[in-house]
Amino acid sequence: MIETLRLTAEDAAGMLERGEFSAAELRGAYRTAIDERDPELHTFLTTVDEAEGDGVPIAFKDLISTRGVETTAGSRILAGYKPVFDATVASRCIDAGLPLLGKTNMDEFAMGSSTENSGFGPSRNPWDPDRVPGGSSGGSTAAVAAGLAPWALGSDTGGSIKQPAALCGVVGLRPTYGTVSRYGIVAFASSLDQIGPIAKTVRDCALLYRIVAGRDPCDSTTVELPQPVELPEAEDLRGLKIGVPKELNETEGIEPGVSEQVNRSLALARELGAEVEECSLPRSVDFGLPCYYLIAPSEASSNLARYDGVRYGYRAEGDGDIRQLYARTRDEGFGDEPKRRIMLGTYALSAGYYEAFYGQAQRVRTLIKQEHDALFERFDLLASPTSPTVAFRLGERTQNPLAMYLSDVLTIPSNMAGMPGLSIPCGLSDGLPVGLQLIGPQFSENALFRAGHALEQALAFDYVPERLR
Amino acid sequence: MSWEAVIGLEIHVQLKTRTKMFCRCAVGALDDPNTRTCPVCLALPGSLPVPNRQAVEWTIRLGLALGCEIAGHAVFHRKHYFYPDNPKGYQISQYDEPLCVNGRVRLPGPDGVAEIGITRAHLEEDAAKTLHVGGAEGRIHGATASLVDFNRGGTPLVEIVTEPDIRTAEQARRFLQLLRQTVVELGISDAEMEKGSLRFDVNVSVRPTGSDELRTRTELKNMNSFAFAARGIEHEIERQIATYESGGQVEQETLHFDPNREDAPPLRSKEEAEDYRYFPEPDLVPIEPLREWSLDELGGKLPESPSARLERVLAAGLELRDAEALNAEPARVSLFETIGEAGVEPRAAAAFVLNDVAPRVDPARVDGAELAKVLRERDQIPREALDAAVAASASKGFTADEYLRERTVADASELDPVIDRILSENGQQVEAYRGGKEGLLGFFVGQVMRETQGKANPKVVNERLREKLKT
Repeated sequence: MIETLRLTAEDAAGMLERGEFSAAELRGAYRTAIDERDPELHTFLTTVDEAEGDGVPIAFKDLISTRGVETTAGSRILAGYKPVFDATVASRCIDAGLPLLGKTNMDEFAMGSSTENSGFGPSRNPWDPDRVPGGSSGGSTAAVAAGLAPWALGSDTGGSIKQPAALCGVVGLRPTYGTVSRYGIVAFASSLDQIGPIAKTVRDCALLYRIVAGRDPCDSTTVELPQPVELPEAEDLRGLKIGVPKELNETEGIEPGVSEQVNRSLALARELGAEVEECSLPRSVDFGLPCYYLIAPSEASSNLARYDGVRYGYRAEGDGDIRQLYARTRDEGFGDEPKRRIMLGTYALSAGYYEAFYGQAQRVRTLIKQEHDALFERFDLLASPTSPTVAFRLGERTQNPLAMYLSDVLTIPSNMAGMPGLSIPCGLSDGLPVGLQLIGPQFSENALFRAGHALEQALAFDYVPERLR
Repeated sequence: MSWEAVIGLEIHVQLKTRTKMFCRCAVGALDDPNTRTCPVCLALPGSLPVPNRQAVEWTIRLGLALGCEIAGHAVFHRKHYFYPDNPKGYQISQYDEPLCVNGRVRLPGPDGVAEIGITRAHLEEDAAKTLHVGGAEGRIHGATASLVDFNRGGTPLVEIVTEPDIRTAEQARRFLQLLRQTVVELGISDAEMEKGSLRFDVNVSVRPTGSDELRTRTELKNMNSFAFAARGIEHEIERQIATYESGGQVEQETLHFDPNREDAPPLRSKEEAEDYRYFPEPDLVPIEPLREWSLDELGGKLPESPSARLERVLAAGLELRDAEALNAEPARVSLFETIGEAGVEPRAAAAFVLNDVAPRVDPARVDGAELAKVLRERDQIPREALDAAVAASASKGFTADEYLRERTVADASELDPVIDRILSENGQQVEAYRGGKEGLLGFFVGQVMRETQGKANPKVVNERLREKLKT
């Protein structure tokens, strides 16, 4: 009997190599765990019965196109849609021999911070099923936390990997924009969407990032990695300068328990040899969220225009002309959050408003990037809480979209700047995981892995949810 | 009051690249429906565009041929509208940073050369084709079903927009003709209106002659030939003038012509200011043509423009009709010019190229210098010899000598003794002729020709016979 709760992907790969069990047995163990625990957690939208590959199995967020396997992006408008092609990241996983376990739940079109916007019902947090796993990649992070998948791929637009990783007590990397192909990823906001790894350890994240990263001729916005991905070994932080932007650490709404764990981690970082110093991102935090909520909905309003009921997915019944077909299909197929963002974005891109909204937001985005660039002349990394709060209760923020949007206030600024960020669990507050966000300059994934790994060793966080131990 | 028209053109040219603009599907709009499609051109979720480098290069070449500045930084934008021919809900096009801007094209005509400004030439993707079943006249309104063929969707399309510098329907026709030739000769498009690889819209307004105001314009769509367009523009100019002269106002509207019924009055539609919600395509990075291409190199490889050729041919004194007919192929003009250099008068040279050469052989393969030698002697050789020379002029090793050997005897001093003998041998017929039976001239000509085995120059024989029979 393989116990999946504690098993890392790296360990599983070693055991496969040593013949301690077969790939089929390993995959079977995860399927058993899914059968056992997923009825409660609802982390998977689709499970796959047959999958090739003799490596460590994997789960994909349901916006990653998988040939012949339903891919809904959490939306009813894509119910029943089976892609005829694999996303580039899916092909790379197949080439690396990783068999697919299934497709994980998410907020509809990745719009949300709790999975409550899923068109197929929310997922639940393995640490406390009354609470959300975060989102939008909450299905992936909850599945990894609950031992239903050793690792998973998620996507991060405003914080959709980092924030649910924090809330579920797992590690998640949002890579530098352009290092992982978006080909075959159901688009939300093209200039922000990035695919990234979710796992129990930093080394697992590095291993998975190594598999999926790199230029893809099918995605013009990708680049070759400047350095190969290194598996972190070091257990100290000597020579590392960590900046602590006060706006990201002292902003209103950060729970005291969260600050406490983050401060404890920073103290530990000092003990490991890092220089830790306060710094400031005065404009990025104030302007990050409002700019994000102009740019992301604008791009979303465009990206979601293709869901019209004509070629695939849901089509409304009934007679009428093409306008009525479009209107009814979109009315019935989209949930409230996509509708809200389509309206916001359509408005922001309208003639006469473009310059004031989208154009202005892009200029501010440049400022935000410059502000980050300037800090990275002084610091190797920046640190902050990933989420202002621990996992909140289901229903707590669904009636207040603005409160929900604030879940990402700490992850959005560096995302807007195109910088990579790693969230690692750094302790518990009221029995729920707290995430530490490490932000680096573009292409600094190796530095993030190194720091994350050293801190992870020192923190010795137990990623198995207490109630499942 | 006298009026002048202000006309601008917007032309769409499909490029004949091997593959589509943003995917690797073969370009094949006319193949079996929906056989040239992939996730990208069907807009399946997650698919991403990758620009066709050849199409960008060809657009730059066209821009250079139209005298445009090539942008250092060009951007693709998304242009949004909902229609089944537009599967993404947006068309990838260009907006405020197109590849080519500020061009100038010389437009030669019978009254001199006009300069037509080119506002821009940009690259975009063509829409899919919709077919409406069961409705009136194939329109979506009232149709029972609509079918979409995505083969055409994503074909590279260049949009060329002129300044409103065109003043007459005839100029518009000539401009379209030259533009069509330009893209064909650049080898970047078939530009066949019947196949839809060249389409255009016309903006027309009128104003008092000499004024520089721009009045309300109407847009003419769906015209299926240049001649039809010229007639449509002509009618529209007259209609607008009549409207103003009767105290009315021209309304902004679009006139859709039914390409199948040239006599049909256009359908009119009010113009709505559509909001396309343009924004820069985030799935693509900007193009930097000056970094990726040497413009000198691209410009250096351009063939001579049809406009420059037309200008030269007109300058030689030809009628527009002949000049355009010659200009239809670069080889016709070069043959015309070779023959002209050999001393043949321009109109005769043009007539020869158009009437004798072009219908029989490919002017591009004709050895013009050799053929000119024969042509110069056309009065001295039998018609059959000239025809034979034309037919052979495109063959390898063609020389004039063989046909010049057939040269006729035109020298009166050689012909006179023969003529004199024939006249003296046929005194009776000479009498009859002088008595008024002038039809007998043919008889004498025949005799001379037989006597000289056909080598006598009929023209000279005729002249000499008339002369001698007079006395």
